[in-house]
Amino acid sequence: MKANGSSAERGRRDGPPILEMQGITKRFPGVVALDGVSFDVRPGEVHALVGENGAGKSTLMKILGGVYAPDEGTLLLDGRPISFSHPWEAQQQGISIIYQEFNLLPYRTVAENIFLGREPIRRGLVDYARLRRDSAQLLARLGVDQWIEPDMLVKDLPVARQQLVEIAKALSFSSKVLVMDEPTAALTDREVELLMGLVRQLRDEGLAIVYISHRFKEVFEVADRITVLKDGRKVGTVDAADVTPDDLIRMMIGRPLDAYYPEYARPEDIGPPLLEIKGGGNDVLDDINLTVRAGEIVGVAGLQGSGRTELLRAIFGIQPFTRGTVRLRGQEVRIRSPLDAVRLRIGFLTENRKEEGLALLQPVRDNILLVHRALRPLLAKANGAPSVAELAGQVDLRAAGLDQEVQYLSGGNQQKVVLAKWLAVDADVLLFSDPTRGIDVNAKASIHRLIRSLAQSGKAILMASSELPEIIGMSDRIVVMWDGRIHGELPAGATEAEIMALATGQREGRRST
Amino acid sequence: MPPIFVVLLVICVWISFLNPRFATVPGIMSFLMRAAPAAILAAGQLFVIVSGGFDLSVGSLITLVVLGSSMLIGGDPANTPWVIAVMFLIGIAVGVFNGAVTSWLKVPSFITTLGMLVTLKGFALLWTGGAPRGALPNNFRVFGRNRLSGVPLLDEVPYAVIILLVVAVVATYLLHRTGWGKQLIALGDNPRAARLSGVPTAKVRILAFVASATSAVIAGILLGGFSGVSTNVGDGQELGAISAAVLGGAKLLGGRGTMPGAIAGALTLQALFTLLNLLGWPKPLRDGLQGVIIIGAVAYTAWRERRS
Amino acid sequence: MSAPVNRKPKRAGLPPAFLFLAGAFVGAWVLVSLFGRGQFLTAANITNIFVRSVALGMVAVGQSFAILGGSIDLSVAHLISVTAVMTSFIMQGDPANIARAIAVVVAIGLGVGLLNGLIITKLRVNSLIATLGTGLFMQGLLSTSFQNFAGAVAPEFEVLAYGTWGPVPIPVVMLAVVVALGALVMHRTRFGAHLYAVGGNAEVARLSGLRTDRVLIVAHVITSFSAVLTGLFIAARLGAGAPWVGQDGVYDLESIAAVVVGGTALAGGRGGVLGTLAGVLIFSIMDAMFNQLGTGAFLKQVFRGFIIIAAVASYSFRSKEEVG
Repeated sequence: MKANGSSAERGRRDGPPILEMQGITKRFPGVVALDGVSFDVRPGEVHALVGENGAGKSTLMKILGGVYAPDEGTLLLDGRPISFSHPWEAQQQGISIIYQEFNLLPYRTVAENIFLGREPIRRGLVDYARLRRDSAQLLARLGVDQWIEPDMLVKDLPVARQQLVEIAKALSFSSKVLVMDEPTAALTDREVELLMGLVRQLRDEGLAIVYISHRFKEVFEVADRITVLKDGRKVGTVDAADVTPDDLIRMMIGRPLDAYYPEYARPEDIGPPLLEIKGGGNDVLDDINLTVRAGEIVGVAGLQGSGRTELLRAIFGIQPFTRGTVRLRGQEVRIRSPLDAVRLRIGFLTENRKEEGLALLQPVRDNILLVHRALRPLLAKANGAPSVAELAGQVDLRAAGLDQEVQYLSGGNQQKVVLAKWLAVDADVLLFSDPTRGIDVNAKASIHRLIRSLAQSGKAILMASSELPEIIGMSDRIVVMWDGRIHGELPAGATEAEIMALATGQREGRRST
Repeated sequence: MPPIFVVLLVICVWISFLNPRFATVPGIMSFLMRAAPAAILAAGQLFVIVSGGFDLSVGSLITLVVLGSSMLIGGDPANTPWVIAVMFLIGIAVGVFNGAVTSWLKVPSFITTLGMLVTLKGFALLWTGGAPRGALPNNFRVFGRNRLSGVPLLDEVPYAVIILLVVAVVATYLLHRTGWGKQLIALGDNPRAARLSGVPTAKVRILAFVASATSAVIAGILLGGFSGVSTNVGDGQELGAISAAVLGGAKLLGGRGTMPGAIAGALTLQALFTLLNLLGWPKPLRDGLQGVIIIGAVAYTAWRERRS
Repeated sequence: MSAPVNRKPKRAGLPPAFLFLAGAFVGAWVLVSLFGRGQFLTAANITNIFVRSVALGMVAVGQSFAILGGSIDLSVAHLISVTAVMTSFIMQGDPANIARAIAVVVAIGLGVGLLNGLIITKLRVNSLIATLGTGLFMQGLLSTSFQNFAGAVAPEFEVLAYGTWGPVPIPVVMLAVVVALGALVMHRTRFGAHLYAVGGNAEVARLSGLRTDRVLIVAHVITSFSAVLTGLFIAARLGAGAPWVGQDGVYDLESIAAVVVGGTALAGGRGGVLGTLAGVLIFSIMDAMFNQLGTGAFLKQVFRGFIIIAAVASYSFRSKEEVG
């Protein structure tokens, strides 16, 4: 990775900023998401915003987009103070945002989605002909018109193309400021290239672009300046030409990487295979051969859409394998539903803890016991064996009490509740998908230590993650997914470059086991 | 203490002020006797509401129980025991159907049970030819209108009150003290998380509809005893039950609700009617005020949740 | 990007409910021909099916708006009663009062719709409870003030129910106009596009800058307005309104049933007015068929419940999501 990829064509770095944030503070119950952050962007400039998950990037972006109002600080647009009471006002002022979660309506057409809220009107009615025409033009300008047509329903498009629709939608505003949150997370290399070109083109047209990403390659390729956030505070703003990726990492995590993660497993920690998959496959996966042994953490790397999360979902029976065999603790098993997996004491924990992990209105106690209860007769007494207090202690849960509703816990503690839920039934094969996403750095470290100690206690852990540092820091072995297959395997301590090479399908990996 | 109990208490005190006999043991007993069917129905409905669903079919099921019983018994008291057993079987079948269609065919329960409402009413009327026919024998009606005498301290206790008490205790135990109840609430709170936690969602949900339908059969037996055979005995009961549960703090679409709250909600509605009656309000106006109160209660809950 | 392009044209033909409609029609035709009295396929019979659909059809078109927006309106039956009673009460048989009567009931309808919308969006009361409450309230006031048929409509006003326009009965024209207007508003206006968005995903709609509350309020006003139209029609048909006409027709639940049978998702965001028309016509065809088969009203009702469930199941059974 070069520090200054294509610095030949940089944006303007002079002139007054079009958008300025001064001393922005935003608090949520139990956490200060942003603490006195200042930030600005000039017309014709790409200003990258980097930081770990939970550093405050998305909060900052949502303040820009009018979703949240800051508790303190001011926003200046063209030197005038502004405030939004509704996302609509931010758009009116010329700030448009591409959110990471898709903001598209699956059952509406591409054209209807792009111009949602701004449908062209002719004689009081929506001018569908023009809607289609304008959308077609936009898609052509993006160079994606051969893949996406205005009349297609969004639900029929693959994820990557939905992302392009998002971008088209953001472009359709005649915006002065464009904020892009991880716009390439779901894109293939070729699509990323296309997007980079587009970002430069828009920059040259005089747009101010805020580019949020944790892919350094892209950041160094398009950014003029880079601002680093950590734990809700600004670490600094630097010229992209003046720093190296290593500098940025240090700024982001505040200490060298190796001191940050727990130790890898020692050979004597590793026990017999607990999970073995041979020739596993379904609609999106093919030829999966994978063994996870007691005591080890196997990392699953891969771009979004590579089958990384799908692999975990297949093992857990959400989208089950339709081919191949799965052996658990030496026994061949069939897992057709989550219930099957739970009965076999497989645990599952994802970044979507609110959607997939927790019953938010229920107390800590009932969440921790949920799996336990699911495995017992329906009319069995609700409380009884395992001790909830003990489990909460085991995961180092910080809550006001076991009767506190989990909706009021911080992200890190919520994730610990999910973990405790699986410990309550002695699950010994644990599937983690981005276990620390959206969690602040300290809680993150504590969860990482917890995961390692679970491995040390003899559990087999398969951990998918979108963050390479997490994969590298935690995994005793790394499998890299590409195109629904395991494209290669790397030993502990592999580099980002090695992983990315496999993840982008560039070369076969070296086999270490 | 949840606000509904305070409201119930205030209304009861007010009633006793207007009618001192209300605050006596017999007064309370007849109040509870009149409230029993609605309270039992609310208890059953709560199981479905906390799971995230609705059971609109209970009103028609009540009608079916009353009309069907009078047809099957045919005036011969010897038939009563097996007819009651058949009614419970019908109720369980309806509950299983509602739950199964919702769980497996993914028809929202609002629609499943709306369809059942139409079908069961049609079936009940088809059976009797559209008019109330026959009469229920005394050994059937005893549950709804007679009293057990010689009870220490209380003297006479209506059977309906005993039944209500048993239902309340059993339902509270099932919802708040068993794994099923807790899983049901978790299912209503977050169906996806519940499924991924291994909760057997279909089984858990079907049982909730069975509980609701069973409560309707019990309510039907009591109502048939209390007021005899009519074709509209169940009309609108489902909305009353939902209102009672909501007044008692249950959250529509699931995840929150307590059994004592729901029963108190039903008693509150009944007490409110009693009060307005004493104040001389005509029946339609009492219904109208009920509408305002339900909205107010839910708006208040929503406001309190937003504030916290 | 080598995957084949997935070309799915939008709005290709009619909603799938029309398939069921065709099925119902053919089925009814066959059954009546085999076992029924008289012919099914007569002009009179077909006209009858349409006329039968008018009262439910108009309010169901309006209900489609509430449901498409992810809301629901249980107050329509009571509003229909209010409208029917107020119409004949104000008119008192005098054609000079027609305009005043209509103005008053339309104003009431708009007010009720506004109230429903405000309670749902501003007080954040679940739409089911909100409209149940306003419905009970309206009915309470109405039944306190009126115990029976009140007043009478003017003979000229009865044209609405019994007149013809050429060979076509006026009620059918009315229904056609309401459906056409409903479809126009839903599929061709900005408001319609925004309603789909609000019902499909309110958060997406909000982030796209839509004022979601306003959209939902307008939807409820439209629903209430459609109930007023049905109320006017019923007053014209009966010659006077009574406080039970709306509930007797079960227009609240029947309109919801027609909407979902027509393919609009109860959760909102998917469906349309034409599907609702199909749903209403299916009900009317079944009614006509059962009448001609001489099976009586109750068997018809037994089947109707199952038809509602079966139709919705046909849209939903492939879903992988949990529904409650």
